[in-house]
Amino acid sequence: MAAAITARERGVKVLVLEAAPKDFRGGNTRHVRNIRYAHPAATDFVTGAYPVDEYYDDLLRVTQGNTDKELSRFLIEKSEDSADWMQAHGVKFQPPLSGTIGLDRTNAFFKGGGKQLLNAYYTVADDLGIDCRYEAEVVDMKIEDGVFTAARVKYQGAEHIVEARAIVIAAGGFQADTEWLKEGWGEAAEGFLIRGTGYNKGRMLRVLMDHGAQTAADADQCHAIAIDARSPKCDGGIATRVDCVIYSIMVNRQAQRFYDEGEDIWPKRYAIWGRLLAKQEDQIAYGIVDAKVNDLFMPSMYPPLKSDTIRGLAEQLELDPEALEKTVADYNAACRQGDNKDKEFTPGVLDGLSTEGLEPAKTNWAQPIDTPPYYGYPLKTGITFTYLGVKVDKEARVQFEGQGGRSVPAANIFAAGEVMSGNILGQGYAGGVGMAIGNVFGRVAGEGAARHVSN
Amino acid sequence: MSQTNPQPPVDYELQGDQMPDLHDESRRLMTICNACRYCEGFCGVFPAMMRQKTFTDQDLDYLANLCHGCNGCYYACQYAPPHEFAVNIPQTFARLRADTYRRYTWPSCLSGLFQKNGTLVSVLLALGIGLLLVLVNLFNPPEVVHGEHAGNFYAVIPHNVMAWSFGGVFMYAVGVLLFGFWRFRRDTAPGKPETPLSVAGATHDAMVMKYMGGGGVGGKMDGCNYPDESFSQIRRVFHQLTFWGFLLCFAATSVATIYHYVFGWEAPYDYNSLPVLLGTVGGIGLLIGPVGLIYLKHVADPNTQVGAQRGMDTGFLALLFLVSLTGLALLAWRETGYMGTLLAIHLGTVLALFLTLPYGKFVHAIYRYAALLRNRREQKS
Ligand SMILES: Cc1cc2nc3c(=O)[nH]c(=O)nc-3n(C[C@H](O)[C@H](O)[C@H](O)COP(=O)(O)OP(=O)(O)OC[C@H]3O[C@@H](n4cnc5c(N)ncnc54)[C@H](O)[C@@H]3O)c2cc1C
Ligand code: HEM
Ligand code: SF4
Ligand code: SF4
Repeated sequence: MAAAITARERGVKVLVLEAAPKDFRGGNTRHVRNIRYAHPAATDFVTGAYPVDEYYDDLLRVTQGNTDKELSRFLIEKSEDSADWMQAHGVKFQPPLSGTIGLDRTNAFFKGGGKQLLNAYYTVADDLGIDCRYEAEVVDMKIEDGVFTAARVKYQGAEHIVEARAIVIAAGGFQADTEWLKEGWGEAAEGFLIRGTGYNKGRMLRVLMDHGAQTAADADQCHAIAIDARSPKCDGGIATRVDCVIYSIMVNRQAQRFYDEGEDIWPKRYAIWGRLLAKQEDQIAYGIVDAKVNDLFMPSMYPPLKSDTIRGLAEQLELDPEALEKTVADYNAACRQGDNKDKEFTPGVLDGLSTEGLEPAKTNWAQPIDTPPYYGYPLKTGITFTYLGVKVDKEARVQFEGQGGRSVPAANIFAAGEVMSGNILGQGYAGGVGMAIGNVFGRVAGEGAARHVSN
Repeated sequence: MSQTNPQPPVDYELQGDQMPDLHDESRRLMTICNACRYCEGFCGVFPAMMRQKTFTDQDLDYLANLCHGCNGCYYACQYAPPHEFAVNIPQTFARLRADTYRRYTWPSCLSGLFQKNGTLVSVLLALGIGLLLVLVNLFNPPEVVHGEHAGNFYAVIPHNVMAWSFGGVFMYAVGVLLFGFWRFRRDTAPGKPETPLSVAGATHDAMVMKYMGGGGVGGKMDGCNYPDESFSQIRRVFHQLTFWGFLLCFAATSVATIYHYVFGWEAPYDYNSLPVLLGTVGGIGLLIGPVGLIYLKHVADPNTQVGAQRGMDTGFLALLFLVSLTGLALLAWRETGYMGTLLAIHLGTVLALFLTLPYGKFVHAIYRYAALLRNRREQKS
């Protein structure tokens, strides 16, 4: 939408083709909460400065350098006016409130979330005279020598050919295409839940790749977290997340632990759990907590299963009761040993309270699970979005493979958002980067497309 | 393992207030919102919700009465219908609010009056006007009813009769309202004393109609999403006109009562006297405000409204409008021979207003005030 609005404001005719029905328009953006953008000082909605250099360092750290450094820097510099641009187009922010702790300096939070942002954009689009069509899926593009001429569109039960002088592709990743996910993840992909829209099937990405577009990031790179196993297959969004991990023990189908739950403060290690679960049988695991800690994390949308005994809980979770009892007993026996006897359990900070002689260890918040009732949270891999995308340049032009592997920018094909996020995110993630990529490259793409059309 | 699912328990389209367990549905929604929290910037409901993890029926009654129906969280919700989670806070809370009105009224055998409330209001209005006209004509010869009395109402209806009958009905209404307030507060905020800060804060929130303004950054109000998705202050403006109009008319009557009993100054009062000025300004507010609100209701997005409550809202709005219209007419023609008849009609509307005060839309003010009090008290802690 940022691209469409920018292009229209430069005077060209714009048609927006959205595969989803109107109520579900705007893909994953419907589910977002905030944007990470560089800013020199505090405002009404961020608590302090977030300089370009700091943002850049953060991005290098989370991606472990696995990013196009020039493009990243460009993104961050351009993000400086993202919030202003959004406000000028009707988006409303909220003051830093309790729920924003940890990100209240670096990220601006949308009042009401992404759907409010989209409503604002669509209102602007309407006022500008942009033609938006819903349930209009682009199935193919006519591309010759890196030049786009027309798109094939399924709309109202028929196929149409739409000719245009430039195209901006902002069609998201391919996370809703399980078959494609299998290329990176194997059969495990069957067990993934899709946190966002079910319409991001990567069709446009595939067409571009088939026409020789260069790519960035690997097929198994993505953002994925642990969400409630009872969530819908698609579109469960933010409310399905469960934050019990650090205060729990996480066990798999065999009722065995498999990773250090207390490695770091939540939500720093939030996004590794999606990948960890993906490697477990049926991509499922169970967070087990007792009454002592059940109130220490955000309440979950689905109530946990509950029992006065570990055995009872195991039965409800359909786990082997003996195995779970043994796992809990072993864990409890490893708590509060040696140095850890007198350490204090302290929520919210790394308290160093760790298990002794247990494999894998739990290195913080390790206290016995001994106070009924016991609660169990069934968790599965929830994929947010995939990173594999088309390579672009600073004008958001899609790069095609030229002679000798050279990159040749397409004249009139632009890409923004998830579909090119791999340029920035080779791996890893920092909250709010997704929207920055969408907004910055969206505006750049819209500008480029308008320039091309006007010439 | 799929014991509790997020689907609405009942047919979502179910009309009216007959939805089975409104508390269960509200609890389901609050549990989803509490795991999401995207809407915390709109109003007081979400921060209040975040202060707890589980919700008793009383907590939900409180939250529903704290909701100002601004619809911000409906249009912004990624889970709004047709999404399978079907989150629609303003509509569900409007139903639950109406339910609290019924449960907290006294005597409880009259709780049915909240259903078909529009009809009740119309019938009482007709009866009130009819009764007054009959009485006036019965006790006065025609030349008195149609005579000119230089604005002296008491020539037609003696002051004592007017004061005692209307005072009595009014005191009854106030008694029922206060009893409802006390019971509601006892249940939703047991054993918590108010503080000067909570009272001042809640009174402020009511006077500026804070949560009808929609939240915003830097103390600004972005506006609410009523009657439709765009942000606007229009409902707040009309409600303020109604609210302050009502309070000013009430103040006019109070001042007149003080004049009469304390200073022995009897009506009619001058056009530039305090009671007449307050009444005129308030009356104008009560003409514009209700008309505006009725118009907005007419064009409002049905997805955020509860069809079955239209009668209650519109009935009360129409009544306020008529009380004001007849009052201003009486003022304008008080020196003519129409005075007697106009007086009877005006008093008829006032009688209907007083009688329905505890059994109609007006009750929202007292439960909302109780909710604002608890909100302020908890904000402080
Ligand atoms: C639950 C959740 C929470 C998130 N929270 C945040 C956050 O707080 N901050 C943040 O920065 N990022 C967040 N993200 C990531 C963020 O959503 C994305 O990075 C960003 O929204 C991507 O925008 P986009 O425009 O590229 O894709 P989308 O917003 O997904 O838009 C793609 C659009 O293309 C349409 N489409 C797809 N294929 C076709 C086709 N063939 N023809 C026509 N239309 C098609 C889709 O219907 C969709 O509307 C979150 C993601 C999820 C799932
Ligand atoms: C504590 C003080 C008050 C608060 C917080 C308050 C708040 C509200 C809110 C939020 C609404 C819209 C939602 C709903 O229909 O319930 C409303 C409606 C209404 N209020 Fe109030 N109110 C207060 C006092 C009053 C007073 C004193 C009057 C006038 C007598 C009044 C008249 C009305 C009317 C007529 C409506 C219906 C409007 C409609 O249906 O669109 N209110 N009020
Ligand atoms: S109304 Fe919707 S978006 Fe708002 S907090 Fe509730 S679930 Fe979240
Ligand atoms: S409708 Fe408005 S006042 Fe009511 S809960 Fe939603 S945002 Fe708050």
